[in-house]
Amino acid sequence: MLSFFGNSLILISILTSALIVIKSILVLNNKASLISININNLITLQTTIIVVSFLTLVSAFIISDFSLITVYQNSHTLKPLIYKIAGSWGNHEGSLLMWIALMSLFSFLFFIKKNRYKREYYLFTLIVQTSLILLFLIFLVFSSNPFLKILPEPMEGLGLNPILQDPALAIHPPLLYIGFVGSSIYFSAAIGALMSNIDGADFAKSIKNWIKITWFFQTIGILAGSIWAYYELGWGGFWFWDPVENASLLPWFCMTALLHSVIVLEKKKQLFSWVLVLCLMTFCLTIAGTFLVRSGVLNSVHTFANDPQRGLFILIILSLTLITSFGVYFLKNKEENYNNSGINRETFIITNNWFMMFYLITVFLGTVYPIFTEVISDIKVSVGPPFYNTVIIPFVVIFLLFMGIGPNSKWGGKFINLKMFFLVLLASVAINIILIYFFDTKSILFNLIFISSLFLIFYTIIDLMKSIRSKFLFKTSRICSHLGFGLLVLFIGLNENFSKEFDINLKPGETKKIDNYEIIFENLNFYKKSNYNVVAGNFTVMNNKSNDLKKFKPEIRIYKNPETLTFEASIKTNLLSDKYLTMSNIQSSEYYNIKFQEKPLMIWIWISVILMSLGGITRFYRSENRL
Amino acid sequence: MLTKKVKKKIILISLIFLFLSSALYFLYISLNKNLLYFKTPTEIFNSEDINIQRIIRVGGMVKKNSIVVNQEEVRFIITDFKNEISVSYKGVVPNLFSEEKGVIAEGSLKDKKFFIAKKILAKHDENYMPPELKNLIKE
Repeated sequence: MLSFFGNSLILISILTSALIVIKSILVLNNKASLISININNLITLQTTIIVVSFLTLVSAFIISDFSLITVYQNSHTLKPLIYKIAGSWGNHEGSLLMWIALMSLFSFLFFIKKNRYKREYYLFTLIVQTSLILLFLIFLVFSSNPFLKILPEPMEGLGLNPILQDPALAIHPPLLYIGFVGSSIYFSAAIGALMSNIDGADFAKSIKNWIKITWFFQTIGILAGSIWAYYELGWGGFWFWDPVENASLLPWFCMTALLHSVIVLEKKKQLFSWVLVLCLMTFCLTIAGTFLVRSGVLNSVHTFANDPQRGLFILIILSLTLITSFGVYFLKNKEENYNNSGINRETFIITNNWFMMFYLITVFLGTVYPIFTEVISDIKVSVGPPFYNTVIIPFVVIFLLFMGIGPNSKWGGKFINLKMFFLVLLASVAINIILIYFFDTKSILFNLIFISSLFLIFYTIIDLMKSIRSKFLFKTSRICSHLGFGLLVLFIGLNENFSKEFDINLKPGETKKIDNYEIIFENLNFYKKSNYNVVAGNFTVMNNKSNDLKKFKPEIRIYKNPETLTFEASIKTNLLSDKYLTMSNIQSSEYYNIKFQEKPLMIWIWISVILMSLGGITRFYRSENRL
Repeated sequence: MLTKKVKKKIILISLIFLFLSSALYFLYISLNKNLLYFKTPTEIFNSEDINIQRIIRVGGMVKKNSIVVNQEEVRFIITDFKNEISVSYKGVVPNLFSEEKGVIAEGSLKDKKFFIAKKILAKHDENYMPPELKNLIKE
């Protein structure tokens, strides 16, 4: 029943999308006709149908309708409701439908205010965006239809991968997808702009808010993934430079660059071509990332339903978008007279973009290099964190300095207050010397990171005070984001440098002394939960220095459908540090692996990212009010 | 004579070129320095000189009855059925680590027969297997 309903909805939405494309082409060719109310109704219809079809899939998951293959393979009646819902995007088919639903939702929101834009620009953008939706709908129908039936109907589903049954990971895909998919709208707009000779500043105004909102969601989407990795994977880290993580970071670099250069375009009518390239690149990288993740060409610890055939489809979509978009770009782009002299705000924003591109190239290279060596010379390699750390960290130091002084330069004017620069630098170095004296921090790179992030933080705080005094509140967004980023780097640096990690093996009843700690493995408890069994360890950790006593209860969960083990870390968080304990069993041995970690200032890393991302939406509210 | 504008452009383009090529060179060098090569016990056995500083990955099967645990470390033997290598590991083993199952250890060699692992590769679910292992099992 639901299968038939869902399939019909998909079919209607394909027809509607095709109709929109045809209709817009007709209107475009007939100079006399206005954008009729018809087109808007069609867009509303298209979006409604696609969203309803996605909700149909969600309800199939909620009522456990196992007549659908997708539901059968990824759900189970015993699962809690929230994971039944999350199951609908925890698989390839469902996530693709969510992708399309979000894409048409963005399309709807963008096009609903049709009077805002020039007629040609509007129509070309609409044609491109709707064609993209159409392309993905066809992909959905031919290679990953979530509404396929299975006969006879099974009584019970296979269940969702237990490692995905987690609140952070339930919201992670939708957040990330809003960022990913939202970038399609300025991809389309860029092509629309190229085809219609729209003025650069108008173009910048029309896409600026969309860039901000996608950047915001992309940022917190990545954050949700990191938090999940931190407490679920049991290593105590939150970023592993794994190909799948990198795939989400690539469009993020692009968006961040765009977020900055679009301001230059809006204010100075410069960098139009470059902004267009970034718009096109962001979405192309999104698809490229999807290809790398879903096709299984990459070797990642995170798994998704890999399937080479689907990979081929995504590769076709990727080549289509790449070739057409950059084809249009080279045919239609006009040469720009670029004149800028002196060190001013524009220069700093361009500097930001250079850094972003450098990070982008680095991460891209590190991610795809293993594919090349394997294809070309059959040598199996992987690129680990050391590569990224050695290449990226030194550049982050310089980047932070630029990020501090950049906002203090003027548009078109001259930089800079040298006295302030040296004062702030001096203050940061002084604090670093105190740190070295008390904590004996020897790593040069860490000290540089410490100085430069403090530099940025101080500079931004001075900025904040100035803007409070002068009541120029339009700076809030930038101050939020820059301060957030400075704090993020600072806390990551401190956390990395002062983390302690102990790996030992214990039997129940044993005690082990290491460093200042005494770890007591008291006993084991066994109990049942609705869809898994638990082996819980009772640990007491004594800190002999501060006489602090903490109890930990890490778990080993044995899921039945599908049959899998997961290790749940036991984490005690406070404002100063996280204490982190995981336990895992070792086959054919009474010993348990115990990992105990002390991770200072962990919670502040999350808070910094939230602060940084908030910059994206405070800007959004501001400019909405101004319009 | 070149006009001022053209001159400026040439300088700009050569600067960009210089920046790009040096950045790419730097990337290439650090990439090569930090690549993790994947080796089987036989490849290690046959290699003429071994670099004990370099981090590599060793893959194969965990030999039957080879896992030994004490308070400090886990020891086991990786075999590819022709040669084998002993591994010492401090840390948490992934949930699917068991005897007669595939494993990938990351770390450095002490000699041709002894490997000190820093990391044992985790697998998220039972369906997933690192491609290196898949090929190995096929062989």
